[in-house]
Amino acid sequence: MNIPFPDLRPVTPEIIMTLSATALLILELIFKNKGVLAFIGILAAAAVMYIMPASMGETFGGMFISDSYSIFFKFIFIINLILTILISLRYIQRQKAEYGEYYSLLLFATAGMMLMASAKDLIILYLGLELMALSTYILAGIKRHDVKSNEAAIKYFLLGGFSSALLLYGISLLYGMTTTTDIYKIAEHLKATGVTTTLLLSMILIAVAFLFKIAAAPFHMWAPDVYEGAPTSITAFMSVGPKAAGFAVIGRVFYTAFQNIQTDWTTILIGIAILTMAVGNILAIVQTNIKRMLAYSSIAHAGYILLGIIAGTTEGLNAMMTYLFIYAFMNIGAFAIVIILDRGEELSDYEGLAKNRPLVAALMLVFMFSLTGIPPTAGFIAKFNLFTAVIKAGYTWLVIIAVMFSAISAYYYLRVVMNMYMKEMKQEAAIHLSPSLSLAILITVLMVLIIGIMPSMVIG
Amino acid sequence: MVPLNWYIGLSAVIFVIGMVGFIVRKNILIMLMSIELMLNSVNISLVAFSHYLQDLRGQVFVFFIITVAAAEAAIGLAILVALFKNKAAVHTDEIMEMKG
Amino acid sequence: MNPQIDKMTPGSYIPTDYLPVLIFMMIAVAFGAGTLLVGSLFRLRRPYKEKLTPYESGNPPVGEPRYRFSIKFYIIAMLFVIFDVEAVFLYPWAVVYNKIGLYALIEMMLFIVILLVGYAYAWKKEAFKWD
Repeated sequence: MNIPFPDLRPVTPEIIMTLSATALLILELIFKNKGVLAFIGILAAAAVMYIMPASMGETFGGMFISDSYSIFFKFIFIINLILTILISLRYIQRQKAEYGEYYSLLLFATAGMMLMASAKDLIILYLGLELMALSTYILAGIKRHDVKSNEAAIKYFLLGGFSSALLLYGISLLYGMTTTTDIYKIAEHLKATGVTTTLLLSMILIAVAFLFKIAAAPFHMWAPDVYEGAPTSITAFMSVGPKAAGFAVIGRVFYTAFQNIQTDWTTILIGIAILTMAVGNILAIVQTNIKRMLAYSSIAHAGYILLGIIAGTTEGLNAMMTYLFIYAFMNIGAFAIVIILDRGEELSDYEGLAKNRPLVAALMLVFMFSLTGIPPTAGFIAKFNLFTAVIKAGYTWLVIIAVMFSAISAYYYLRVVMNMYMKEMKQEAAIHLSPSLSLAILITVLMVLIIGIMPSMVIG
Repeated sequence: MVPLNWYIGLSAVIFVIGMVGFIVRKNILIMLMSIELMLNSVNISLVAFSHYLQDLRGQVFVFFIITVAAAEAAIGLAILVALFKNKAAVHTDEIMEMKG
Repeated sequence: MNPQIDKMTPGSYIPTDYLPVLIFMMIAVAFGAGTLLVGSLFRLRRPYKEKLTPYESGNPPVGEPRYRFSIKFYIIAMLFVIFDVEAVFLYPWAVVYNKIGLYALIEMMLFIVILLVGYAYAWKKEAFKWD
């Protein structure tokens, strides 16, 4: 028995990403200037982005698949990686957390997400998930002399470990029922055997594990604390990457493996989505720390995005992917503004910012409008597109609820705007400008406005 | 031969013990051990399935789970050591700085 | 579904092979509990200070029984756990090595190189230094 050499072409993006991450770990020992490492990281990400469209195909005995679905998600992950590196360059110096491992871990986490999006087998799925999760646990606690950062890391670690144990138990039940871990073969098998209690139990366990990852209520308790305690650049990274990866997996596993119990999981997810939108939007109102507010806002956005899965149509899935793509830009943009300010973590820090720093205030205004979903920003396009798809799928009442919660969300997003434009300035706001941070803000704000004005760029 | 149901029962019982331990206990080390207990219950059921279904995938999966669990434990301990250096506490009630 | 499983519905199986083990365990538990119970019923209770101190080979005990281990032990333990457990992949590889040839050799070399990178990193970060 001679095992043939596998076709490595579909996995080249992952291979390059992993090798660069490993190389960064070694180079970290050599270079004193950590900026070089960031530059190498961006180069690697750009290289991966360049070769990705050519990487279609299946390999490793059908355990790994690179299709248009996974490639789109990988684009989101790499944009997320590049923007995060750009916003962290100076910030982690300021925070005295400038370790070379920082960039290496970012690349490892991205490689994990890419594996998750491409997994056609539950073993690969688990490995990708853990690669992503273990890297982000460390990143959340990378300010190792800061108690809040430690606390964020330990909370994230404990709940992450718990949720992956639930996932594994669900997978083991599924394996016992079907004798396979291949997602598509599981689907075939389950069609033949029909619905059983064990199947429902395993579906619920797997669903709970991924709802933990995307921070949907009632599994969101970790998110606000972790987002507040982690360094802001990592908060931006975590609020986009792992969430998108979680949705990528939910999309693939639920639409294929659990196809024959679609009505069951749709019912569960509808309840979860409504609860998530309610918890995220209502609790965001009472926050005074902007990172916590954005944490609840990201919970609320997870609720909207879940509607795309609930729709159960290709259109719904596409709308969900577009939403995540746009969400990456507007959310990282908002966090970039938090980073640019010397003191920008409390809502009161934004009072009178418009008189003092008109440009920064105007940029924040764009991101807040976009997160609310006010035209002509990309956020409006994302929501409009998603809600149309969900209405077409026949869930008009669900969209009405979502729009109502969107209206509530205007209250807390626009409060930031009000603080900036209508309140008196308490003190001069110092800013830390750096070329990389400006570049990141430029990219995000341009994307938010261009997509907002010319939506045909991303839709279709 | 011991029937499959016994193994699945054992695995379910251990899993629930781990889950309850994680939820009830407040000591981070105990919570970490509870997670390990849950992972090992999964290993039991995977190996049992693998044996009864005459399919090796389950055992391959167990290898991966064991190694990932080791890495996870190392990272958990590392974070705990960092936390302990800053604030001598391993009790979840004592480390709560943030809430809301 | 595998036919083997279907045969084994709950309750269809009588574990006679394990009955002696069960009886043995019950006897063991009963013996342990029984001796402790009998001892507590018949022994005399005359405690005094010297009698209550912990026994350390006849010497008076020194210091606190609970003390903290140096944090260095944790680092060694973490490194041990990782490098020890990764060796698990070598076992199946070694068993079937002759059958799968060059591909397996290359794969395993890659794996070991990655482990070596980790080792070099830990070494350079002085994780193995005791002082």
